[in-house]
Amino acid sequence: MNTPAAVVIDRPGLDGLIRGLMADGYQVIGPTVRDSAIVLAELDSPDQLPAGWGVDASPGHYRLRPREDGAVFAHSAGPQSWKQFLHPARQRLWSSRPDRTYTAESGDALRYAFIGVRGCDLAAIGILDTVLAGGAHSDSAYARRRRATFVLAVNCTEPGGVCFCASTHTGPAVTAGYDLALTERLDAGEHGFLVEVGTEEGARILAQVPQRRATAGDVEEAQAEVARAAGRMGRQMPEVDLRDLLHQSRESPLWEDVASRCLSCANCTMVCPTCFCTTTEDVTDLTGEHAERWQRWASCFEIDFSYLHGGSVRPSVASRYRQWISHKLSTWHDQFGSSGCVGCGRCIAWCPAGIDITAEVARLAEDAGRGQQDVSAQPAG
Amino acid sequence: MSLLSQRDNGEPMLPTPYRVVARQVETHDSVTLGLAPVAEQLPHFQPGQFTMLYAHGIGEIPVSISGEPSTRDGLLTQTIHAVGAVSRALHDARVGAAVGVRGPFGTSWDLESAEGHDLLIAAGGIGLAPLRPVVLGALAHRQRYGRIMVVAGARGPQEFLFRTELSAWAARDDLNVTLTADQPARGWTGRVGFVTEPLTGLQLDPWRTIAFLCGPEPMMRICANVLLRHGLPPEQIRLSLERNMQCGIGLCGHCQLGPLLICRDGPIVDYATAADLLTVREL
Repeated sequence: MNTPAAVVIDRPGLDGLIRGLMADGYQVIGPTVRDSAIVLAELDSPDQLPAGWGVDASPGHYRLRPREDGAVFAHSAGPQSWKQFLHPARQRLWSSRPDRTYTAESGDALRYAFIGVRGCDLAAIGILDTVLAGGAHSDSAYARRRRATFVLAVNCTEPGGVCFCASTHTGPAVTAGYDLALTERLDAGEHGFLVEVGTEEGARILAQVPQRRATAGDVEEAQAEVARAAGRMGRQMPEVDLRDLLHQSRESPLWEDVASRCLSCANCTMVCPTCFCTTTEDVTDLTGEHAERWQRWASCFEIDFSYLHGGSVRPSVASRYRQWISHKLSTWHDQFGSSGCVGCGRCIAWCPAGIDITAEVARLAEDAGRGQQDVSAQPAG
Repeated sequence: MSLLSQRDNGEPMLPTPYRVVARQVETHDSVTLGLAPVAEQLPHFQPGQFTMLYAHGIGEIPVSISGEPSTRDGLLTQTIHAVGAVSRALHDARVGAAVGVRGPFGTSWDLESAEGHDLLIAAGGIGLAPLRPVVLGALAHRQRYGRIMVVAGARGPQEFLFRTELSAWAARDDLNVTLTADQPARGWTGRVGFVTEPLTGLQLDPWRTIAFLCGPEPMMRICANVLLRHGLPPEQIRLSLERNMQCGIGLCGHCQLGPLLICRDGPIVDYATAADLLTVREL
């Protein structure tokens, strides 16, 4: 399709988009304030968007903060991600009939519309697409839900204290994989959104609301705002070959040091938008005749995760932290062709011990650099 | 969106109903089950591949296929070692019992690529099960291979799988079979010691030999080192690895070993790939 020119809508226009999606039969999921956090939940009304709320985040710390303006997307990642809808924490895979045949879960016919998907999280959805639906065998329920999902993305103009998507090259701008992409604009008291169209479905929904054609100035200002956001990230990953660094760091003494702080609680894997691991659970009713298999999120921090008869492959916390971070940053490339980290910073904010993935990598990189110097300082032969 | 527009590949997590049609007791805690499809039949397997076997209401485990690879009767032959709740339930399944099967999954021993070579098959304990299709597959086309050497170890004389078949193999003059028991026992006149010991004494042509190893990881590591000392390149040493598996199709994440998803990139890998991974503690 030809890419239509960008347009500008105002806040009532955004509300109209959301109502249009609802009227179209989409189940609209978006950010809203609940339990002192900005969560992702089904919206009954655009009024539930977190207007005027920002977020302060740092290692082990997340607090809402009122804003002076009515911005609805000026908050960084919360404790949830879109994976809880696309790849639910618990789902039935099949149930058995009395004749010992099996019926697959037919799956909900839900069509989700995701409101406010940031660059980091859109990249995470792309990674889940590869992991769960890009191989020889795909997770059919995931693929079904994903195909039916409408994505209203936002270019991030308000990165938080634990964000580092600029250094993972997954944000703050959204680049692909959206139906519509917004850039929230708050200048001169005017609250507007520059809207770019990614798909025909996006264009169809957008056509339903009042809009004006964007000027070259609108587009430039929006781009400049997103570019400024790239310079305001709270953190960054060291600019080294992470895949190689983690591969070379298998025997690093750092793992024992992290293990002295890590509670092995699995929070990082639960909040991570790309951590996809699951465990199956087989259950029966009291008669034992009716059986079901359920799938639930699992974590490489669980001691049973690697269980083989005789014991776990990774009994120590040090080995489990190494597995998590090495998979995320290094072996994910071998398995799925990209990094598994999108720089959203959730694992930093929601770690009860405040362990910071960027800081741990920086220490590994420092140790590796020192190691190389030591080697080069040794006399030849 | 191209990834998602691919056709649906069915429901790979849904078991296919099979029934136990044969049950051969192998040792005090191992049996070989013959499984026949109730209706729909799964694709044919390659030696080295595994299935996910489901015991009703108890759970599902990966089990390597131990049958004759050239038959096309739709039967699955699987050898079960009772070590946990699911394997015990499968071990105890009687003829007529219903089981669910998914698969076959994973990489194969790639026997075809070993044509024209000498084959060295080294097994420890239950490790002989996934190697049986290699021996049977090679014997079915005996003229395509050079020497075939089987070295199998078990804790004791009564712990060998496929004992009748092993005796028949040992009686053939186109097959060199060495059995070794870890512990001496009354009536056992064979070798005593670990599998690695007869391996050391074998006369091998390192350039023409392909080795197939399956057993406990330390056993495979030591065997591989012995073979490296014989001069075999690591690419000519193949092993079958084991990790926790729940999906069998690369989606659940449990079976990772460094860069590998063992269910997808294994269970059969060569030692050039595995050597580094098997020497890191708790990887």
